[in-house]
Amino acid sequence: MSQPSTATPSLPLLQTLPGDEIRQILWGFQDRFELQMLVQSARSVARGPVARLVAQGGRASHDWNKDKDALLKAFDESGVTAAFLDPAHGGLFEGPKHLALGLIAFELASVDGGAATASQAGNLGLAPIHEVGTPQQVERYMSLASPPKPGEARRPLRAAFALTEPLPFVGVETGLLCGKVRVAEWKEGGEPLLEIDKRGRFITNMDYAGIVTAAVDTDDRRVKSSCMVILEEGDPGLFDRGAATRKLVHQLSSTRDPNFRLKIPASRIVGGYTVKDGVIVPNYSHAEVIEAVFKRTRVTVGLMTSAKLLSAVEPVIRYQRQRFRGGATVQPGTPRHDLGIQMKEDALHRLVDVWAMGEAGASLGFATARLYDELDPLEKEKNRELARRGVQGARARMKEMAGVEARAAELVRAGKSAAPGGDPLLRFAALDSVANVVCPATKLWNTGQGANAMREAVSLMGGYGITEDCPGFLGHKWMDAQLEATYEGPEAVQRRQLSLTMAQPLFLEQFRQWIRDLKSLAARRPETGACGLGTAMQLWLWTLGHLQDSTDADGTRLFGPNRQGVTFPLADALCWLLASRQQILDLADLEARGAANPALAETLPSTLAFLTDLAQVQAARACGEAGRLCAELVLGYQRHPVWDAEACQACFSQAELDGLEPYAPGLDSVAYGYSDVLDRDGKPPSKRGPCPSTAGLPAFLRLRSRLDACLTGCRLAKDRAARALARVMIPEALDYPQ
Amino acid sequence: MPVFHVVVCGGLVPDPLQTLEPVQGPAGWGLKNESMLPAILDPWAASALFEADSLARANPGSRVWLVSAAPKAKLQQVLMALAQKAAFELVAVDAQAGGFSDAAECASALAAAVNSIAGLDRSRLLLFGGWESASRGAGATLAILGEMLGISEQFQGVDQASPKPDGSLEILERVEGGRHQVSLLSAPPALLGWATGSLPEPPNNPQVGMLNMRSAMPALQKAAPSRLTGGGLALSSVELPSQRRDTRVVKDMPEDQVAREIVEWIAEK
Ligand SMILES: Cc1cc2nc3c(=O)[nH]c(=O)nc-3n(C[C@H](O)[C@H](O)[C@H](O)COP(=O)(O)OP(=O)(O)OC[C@H]3O[C@@H](n4cnc5c(N)ncnc54)[C@H](O)[C@@H]3O)c2cc1C
Repeated sequence: MSQPSTATPSLPLLQTLPGDEIRQILWGFQDRFELQMLVQSARSVARGPVARLVAQGGRASHDWNKDKDALLKAFDESGVTAAFLDPAHGGLFEGPKHLALGLIAFELASVDGGAATASQAGNLGLAPIHEVGTPQQVERYMSLASPPKPGEARRPLRAAFALTEPLPFVGVETGLLCGKVRVAEWKEGGEPLLEIDKRGRFITNMDYAGIVTAAVDTDDRRVKSSCMVILEEGDPGLFDRGAATRKLVHQLSSTRDPNFRLKIPASRIVGGYTVKDGVIVPNYSHAEVIEAVFKRTRVTVGLMTSAKLLSAVEPVIRYQRQRFRGGATVQPGTPRHDLGIQMKEDALHRLVDVWAMGEAGASLGFATARLYDELDPLEKEKNRELARRGVQGARARMKEMAGVEARAAELVRAGKSAAPGGDPLLRFAALDSVANVVCPATKLWNTGQGANAMREAVSLMGGYGITEDCPGFLGHKWMDAQLEATYEGPEAVQRRQLSLTMAQPLFLEQFRQWIRDLKSLAARRPETGACGLGTAMQLWLWTLGHLQDSTDADGTRLFGPNRQGVTFPLADALCWLLASRQQILDLADLEARGAANPALAETLPSTLAFLTDLAQVQAARACGEAGRLCAELVLGYQRHPVWDAEACQACFSQAELDGLEPYAPGLDSVAYGYSDVLDRDGKPPSKRGPCPSTAGLPAFLRLRSRLDACLTGCRLAKDRAARALARVMIPEALDYPQ
Repeated sequence: MPVFHVVVCGGLVPDPLQTLEPVQGPAGWGLKNESMLPAILDPWAASALFEADSLARANPGSRVWLVSAAPKAKLQQVLMALAQKAAFELVAVDAQAGGFSDAAECASALAAAVNSIAGLDRSRLLLFGGWESASRGAGATLAILGEMLGISEQFQGVDQASPKPDGSLEILERVEGGRHQVSLLSAPPALLGWATGSLPEPPNNPQVGMLNMRSAMPALQKAAPSRLTGGGLALSSVELPSQRRDTRVVKDMPEDQVAREIVEWIAEK
């Protein structure tokens, strides 16, 4: 019989930091040259003008100025602005652009988050038009937004997105709209003229936006519902850009609290309208528009924070290694000279953690961006198919899709493809149910947990970390991450969405399939941590089911929209799992595709081995977080027993044990191990109460202890990764100023 | 207006921020982890390419080719940035060429590539390259290549080439003391080994890049593998030029003080 092997084969240590060739495969754009070029282009802006401005102290003021304005021109000239647009409107390439925008934001945020925001906020302003605008609106505004061609003297039109309002109105709760739309004038047979009243708070791009897409509610019985409208500078009335926001972060973007009281034609309602019985009926409510917009733009924000973590690796390694050089007693060639702080295990281990978090976030974010690139054309196909079937109206469409989702779930349950023969409706349903989870997961986890991890990165630089001179601007990046966790919907919004979407049967069926896939991947790639992660996913799934069917100690249902204390932590736990899973899947891809690239022959084995160790480290962390959260939720809503008569009755007493000891030697210690024992005076032990019975939860406990056992080996992986960090070759200096 | 056919020859070198450590492997000398390090077009050759692009744009009808002997997957990565900066047609030779290759052998691979260019008009030919390479300052490859192609008008350390309406070119070559030697070339063909020229690195323009890549990808795919065996060259010892990096980050120092410190430093040496 063959013995299971516990030996780890010795693998080559990482030689150089993973380069573009590796990233292109990991993040799925190795066949897309237009994206590889955009990356180079965005990188040169980031490490050139953006980095220089930050190094010169450009972040010292929140006011907009000509130096910051010059960055917009650099975005225009380098293709960053045009990347959002289709070629018909001056853009660079056809097709969906989520991955492209994600890559651009990643490059810019690797240097400065505010610059990344400045480059993306215009896209957010245009997004309502892009997603649901009428053909006329799309044609007009997208073309104006394109950067000037060489020789053309025109400033591109820049857009802002105004949803958030002064307190006590729109914030997390997007339904509390104070902005209003009324009919100002409506001549017989003519186009209605609307009066818009909107105050914004924290509106990005407001120093220079020529148009604003604003969310307003109806304040007139002749307008049926809320909607979004397009406001142009120059419309009659008040277009007041308002006061600048006194930001502590992202100072290279522009943010103000504007005030609008304008008259606009009804054709500015985003997505158009119909007139029914003398009432203007917007084709899209503001809620429908922002749902379509945010589910796309939020992924990009998540990637910005992951970029910060990965960008911290090189400066931290350099700082650690050079820490003691130059000291009189520190001779070249000694470990203290060459390794510096890297002689200390903890410094290496913590950097491994930071790096692993960055990898997981980037993997999750880019995979989600790719998913939306796949989903966009499918959605159009789905809409055509529904139209072909004669399904009309939002309600009928929802009903039809509910049937499709149920069918897709059945197919997955039966172990089949969700979309046999590529049926577009089934395929859309399956992917959409995943997108509805991974999008908020990216925004929530990458930014929130990323901000926490960024704090660790800062602390690895010691005092330098919190100065403006810190190489890589790590202190700025830490603070910036907090904004990324907040704007475009703070964490509560993402958790609220996850609470609904993570419990959808079609998603859960696919989640079960993922567990099986991870387990079989672990058979081929045991060192990735896939097996343990699969167990953690089983535990999460069990916990969800249990919470859905259980009540707390007072008999109140546990899982529901009003139990954020239950649903939100469960959503958090899921995010850890999703990020770790994608990190592992990307590795499998790197292994397969990397082998086909002869240029990687030398670098692939060591890079793969290192990234595998990082994946295992991250999987262990995810297992730990998920296990802890699930245990709190499953056990935390039960009441702890107290020393009442009934509880004491169930205990052994010391007197009883003394009497039995001659007949059953050793019973004493067994009794203490398995239950509580009253002392010779019949008094209970001095503690909170008898230990709670876990009799009703054997499945959970079995999974939980198996999960702990799955951590076997994870610290060996961390040790290996740490050894690599102390050896890996890094450039002599950072390629941007500090 | 004259029409030029400019062929720019340029190899790849590791990104200059990387630590360069010569190591001897089974295939001879190389740089530590060279194949894993990010690469760029040799900066001297890059000046030549940007000058060629500018010359071609100023003289409509002119064409620019970039001939590069380099591992083709590496070259492809470099093109993602380079192809955005200038318009050119790529001629790739799939070879490991660098600071340790034999200049004559490399020149002969390049000569074969130049000779294979369809539509190249010798009477309009300007052969551009770097007067030396960041991988090795010998400055031999281009001169040998010129000889092999029978181009006897050779200029080295070129900083400027200004065409006249009659097709002649005024060429400025670097000489001692920061001065230039001015020559008048009556007509191509000629070889120009560029120093830095005077043009800044053009910004990236993805639209230019995508256009270039349409022809560059097929060129990469059909790049002929060429094994440079060393041509019998044996290196008895290899070492980096001694250099000490004394980096100090100083902000807001007045120019006068900077100048004073430089003078003091020179006096010390
Ligand atoms: C620099 C910057 C730029 C911005 N740019 C724009 C822009 O361009 N356009 C735009 O429209 N907005 C913009 N914003 C606004 C941003 O999107 C909002 O600040 C954000 O959505 C949160 O709203 P709020 O600040 O009103 O927080 P609140 O709604 O007051 O929420 C505060 C906290 O209360 C808790 N909370 C609130 N509601 C709930 C709930 N239902 N369940 C659980 N917990 C809850 C959460 O902890 C939440 O984080 C920007 C903000 C900043 C700072």
